[in-house]
Amino acid sequence: MPVTKEILDEIALSQAEYDMIVDRLDREPNPVELGMFGALWSEHCGYKHSRPLLRFFPSRSPRVLSQSGAENAGAVDIGDGLAVVFKVESHNHPSAVEPLQGAATGVGGIVRDILAMGARPIALLNSLRFGPPDSSHNRHLFRGVVEGISWYGNCIGVPDVAGEIYFDQSYSYNPLVNAMCVGLVSSDRLASAAAGRSGSVLLLVGADTGRDGIHGASGLASRTFEEEQELRPTVQVGNPFLEKVLIESCLEALETGFVTGIQDLGAAGLTSAAIESAYRGRRGLILDISQVHRREPGMTGYEVMLSESQERMLLVTSPEHVADVRQVFEKWDVPCKEIGQVIREPQAHIMDGEQGIAQLPIKHLTEAPRYRLKGQPSREQLVRQQLNISDVPLPDNGVDDTLLRLLASPNIASKRSVYQRYDHQVQTNTVAGPGGDAAVLRIKGTEKAVALTIDCNSRYCYLDPYRGGQIVVAEACRNLSCTGAEPLALTDCLNFGNPERPEIYYQLEWCVRGIARACRVLGVPVVSGNVSLYNESQGQAIYPTPVVGGLGLLEDVALRTGSAFTEEGLTVFLLGQSRFRPRSSDLAGSELLAEVHGLALGRPAISLDLEQQVQALCRRAIQQGLVASAHDCAEGGLAVALAESCIPNSVGFRAGPVLSRLPNRWDCSYFGERQSRIVISVRPEHAQQLRALALEAKVPLLELGVTGGPTFHLGSHADLPISEIADAWEGGLQRAMASPA
Amino acid sequence: MRFGILIFPGTWSDTDCYHQVKTVLGQEADYVWHRQESLAGYDCVIVPGGFSYGDYLRAGAIARFAPVMEALSDFAGNGGLVVGICNGFQVLCEAGLLPGALMRNAHLEYRCQWTNLRTERIDTSFTTRCHPSQSLRIPVSHGEGNYYADDVTLNRLETNGQVLFRYCDDDGLANEAANPNGSARNIAGIINERGNVLGMMPHPERSCEPLLGSDDGNLIFLSLIDNVG
Repeated sequence: MPVTKEILDEIALSQAEYDMIVDRLDREPNPVELGMFGALWSEHCGYKHSRPLLRFFPSRSPRVLSQSGAENAGAVDIGDGLAVVFKVESHNHPSAVEPLQGAATGVGGIVRDILAMGARPIALLNSLRFGPPDSSHNRHLFRGVVEGISWYGNCIGVPDVAGEIYFDQSYSYNPLVNAMCVGLVSSDRLASAAAGRSGSVLLLVGADTGRDGIHGASGLASRTFEEEQELRPTVQVGNPFLEKVLIESCLEALETGFVTGIQDLGAAGLTSAAIESAYRGRRGLILDISQVHRREPGMTGYEVMLSESQERMLLVTSPEHVADVRQVFEKWDVPCKEIGQVIREPQAHIMDGEQGIAQLPIKHLTEAPRYRLKGQPSREQLVRQQLNISDVPLPDNGVDDTLLRLLASPNIASKRSVYQRYDHQVQTNTVAGPGGDAAVLRIKGTEKAVALTIDCNSRYCYLDPYRGGQIVVAEACRNLSCTGAEPLALTDCLNFGNPERPEIYYQLEWCVRGIARACRVLGVPVVSGNVSLYNESQGQAIYPTPVVGGLGLLEDVALRTGSAFTEEGLTVFLLGQSRFRPRSSDLAGSELLAEVHGLALGRPAISLDLEQQVQALCRRAIQQGLVASAHDCAEGGLAVALAESCIPNSVGFRAGPVLSRLPNRWDCSYFGERQSRIVISVRPEHAQQLRALALEAKVPLLELGVTGGPTFHLGSHADLPISEIADAWEGGLQRAMASPA
Repeated sequence: MRFGILIFPGTWSDTDCYHQVKTVLGQEADYVWHRQESLAGYDCVIVPGGFSYGDYLRAGAIARFAPVMEALSDFAGNGGLVVGICNGFQVLCEAGLLPGALMRNAHLEYRCQWTNLRTERIDTSFTTRCHPSQSLRIPVSHGEGNYYADDVTLNRLETNGQVLFRYCDDDGLANEAANPNGSARNIAGIINERGNVLGMMPHPERSCEPLLGSDDGNLIFLSLIDNVG
């Protein structure tokens, strides 16, 4: 039967790819087989365009316990016989179609990736991006996504400890919802997704299989789309209660020691779970889909194989231990069905009772074609990089109004109205929750804590993918270093437009190269990740958005540091800069340019060597007990960082002589976003020690002022009551969301 | 002292309560599965927070039918000490062990935040370690914590001294600004008439170590230990 273009479009395969399949099989695939190819060769599962680039990432360090890509998530040794497992994943397209369920099932999916490593999920983070809140559709997406994360995450008892939210026109109709999960497991109990010995039994546990989410991987995640309503049936529906029970029952089943392999059913459902675990074990399998428990009668084999029904896991055990494993799931009232077995011959035999419905060599399915394209920067990108300070006027209304405006802007304003809807304390490990540079979670039974962050400045990446990629890594590690934690490893979620367009491929390639370069200089490997391409709507691609999640380690939780000024009379320093001299790169891609002037221009700059030195000094000073607070200078620059340090404990700030008398381009100095800078406060008796440390490490250091008084004071430029800056910052997001349009 | 900590499918504060009484306070503690039919041997039973059975119908509405609930009713009837926290409070109300009900938060959103609780009595088994009117810093985390009862019931609770904790501000005032969920009369926790069953929405087990931001929750657990002896 000749295949039609309509059929190929539905599963997002090209004619050339179809021909390749026919060539490999030496026959035409039947519809079930073709559906399986479509799912596994999708960008989401097969990484057709991204895999050749991902090898640029350093993926090893003495602490890394997993081989990148070999398992569901990366595992990092934190000592004391413990490993931290973590990964970030996108659920962008489902969230664009149905924000509540899309975001909720995004959380559910990443939690099961962690569970598949045998780890207990101990934290969630999320990175969200939307179009500007002045559109009612964007507000609808925002509210739905937040509600979905709140609903699902709260019910499963995993704290949501950190995140980021940005708004930009490029995300209108194409929001980004990236969810990260972190798990903890004894190093010697890390589970494997590999299928194991032949003769082993495959058990499908969890939810009934329904018709939801068919073609989620190939249809939603691998194409751009315009008519969102059409795609509603491809969005999955979540059941967080079942997820919670699945977590407990799977961990209990793993405790028996009889589970030899475990794999979640995510994108492409049973097809990818079964085929990938067979591939990892270099085995084959026989599946009998008549044994799959179903939500509704009359489902075809095609539907069963490609359903993306949530809350399902595939377990592998030996025949003699099936009863032991089954007993655990019976205790928890979780359905557990024997659906197949592992065989030596590396073939997939999919049966429906007695009838064979697909028969394929495993490697044909898993070895998706790889495309190494040639990227080219758009002319527009090169033009945008031209920025001359003299072309940018000073903001009309002076420093104080500019500061209040930036503090209240949705990208900078407090996200409390969002994170107070997420349980960030359950499991009683949260030492520092959302709102700081990074979350800090103590590890029970040890003196240690882990620091967690998720970060990306996509405007920088848009203006210069290579430098932007470097800055993403630098900022994530800087956030960790501000708590005193040593950055150990990263996970990444690469959100880009259609890579078949040269300018998008260029963004993808050079962001990846930038990330890889910064990882090497800062000594952090990338241990897991996910790729989301084709993020476009109405012909417009999103900003290149390589989100990075960071894991850091504090050997002694007592030595952690927060971002807020803790008391009056502290001396405030800037680490990483020794004088104010305006440069055009200071304003490049800044919130000031975007918010006040409506521009996205310039070429951001970073010196990774300086970055490394600044972070090392910050950690060293914290470990020596010298530092009262440390806060990363990021969006909004120095003035915003200082204000954010004042607000939580209502501690004022008074600028010293250097900061009070600035050259005429105060916009660059106060609001420029020069990299590699940290605002730290110390007790006066520690100031000299800090100076000595900085001198020894050759790190620039500048005394900014002292904490105290009722106001936020920048010499003659600004003198604002703390309550006024607090009100702007704390209420900014809600006011933006309330604006009628 | 021996604590029993109930687990329904969907419970998630079980391990937090266990960590608190066992690791932090060094008491005996066991998990009690929802199908268990006896609570013999326990000095205090904790009904922890979570989403029992998913709470898709109404918080606590399904859990009340679990086999262990009959044993809990007998246990409370015999004067055994019971503490229902968050979802546990909802379950105790559904089971009729405490009066009133917990409705959706007035603003219709889930809330996880620190609250101050004014201790209204210090002569109960749960509060002897507290000072009169002591303000306890203990967090809430719920979507359905809006305590409701009719006026007759509320007046009776007040008269009997059954209101144990009220949400208050930094100055100890139980005003609207300090109320995180719209609860009637700022009620955060109540006891039964006999004084051996406590239900509260805030999570004392989350505020028992200074590292986590407060150890005021310990006062409740230490009071229990004092009173059991």
